[in-house]
Amino acid sequence: MQAEWIMGLAGGLVIGLAGALYLLGTGRIMGASGIIGGLVDGSGRATALDRVLFLTGLIGAPFLLSLTFGLTPTTHASSAPVVLILAGLLVGIGTRLANGCTSGHGVCGISRLSPRGILATLIYIGAGVAAMSLLRHVWGII
Amino acid sequence: MLRPLLSLLSGGLFGAGLLLSGMTDTTRVQGWLDLFGAWDPTLAFVMGGALVPMAVAWRMTRGRSPLTGGSFPAPAKADFDRRLILGSVLFGFGWAMAGLCPGPAMASLSFGGWQGLVFAAAMALGMLIAPQLRLVLDRDTAKA
Repeated sequence: MQAEWIMGLAGGLVIGLAGALYLLGTGRIMGASGIIGGLVDGSGRATALDRVLFLTGLIGAPFLLSLTFGLTPTTHASSAPVVLILAGLLVGIGTRLANGCTSGHGVCGISRLSPRGILATLIYIGAGVAAMSLLRHVWGII
Repeated sequence: MLRPLLSLLSGGLFGAGLLLSGMTDTTRVQGWLDLFGAWDPTLAFVMGGALVPMAVAWRMTRGRSPLTGGSFPAPAKADFDRRLILGSVLFGFGWAMAGLCPGPAMASLSFGGWQGLVFAAAMALGMLIAPQLRLVLDRDTAKA
């Protein structure tokens, strides 16, 4: 348990460094939903190359790390297509309506005490806890 | 040339951090939200760790310009509109259902199997729909 917290803290520091480098280097907020969304809806056409390269790093680094160190990263996403599709739609629509997700509103927003970032984070964590309680403990779906 | 390089480097660091921290595993994220079950506090450590360099970076923006030119984001605002609140509620629900948010969804794409691909495709579709919903919400606000 303790080792996981230490890895969490270390990984968190690296995430923070990524955001710091992005902000000081490009002047932009490192928000995953904004970077992806701008490519998907075309609103970020002017900075498309930067966005594609950012995503290349984001997808490629975990892949390279797993090859280099022979780690087998594990993940346990649901195998129910309905759950995956509904969840994906909610995350896509929600983050673009709110203009941010865990990285933009969470990491980058809270660290500058942004009222919008703090409120958004409280709401999505609250909604997540409520959803988890319903889905797991009341309805027993996930 | 510097700007694309910095983007690639930041994305790579972000992905490495997500993998190291365990946040690419949906079980960990769902565990954080499972307050009334087997609660997993790891995400709080990840967030805590990430806030430190980020807070330093925000302080460093004062009186400076970005390395590649342009300007830093405008000061943070306190306008709480309907979009922010509704969007965050929807996002929270989806986040709990799959245990994935946009960053980790991308970072786990190379090892997340078909499940990760389906989630990412649905998320992209949601992002495509969102601007239309934004228009509807804004029109209703204008009417009220």
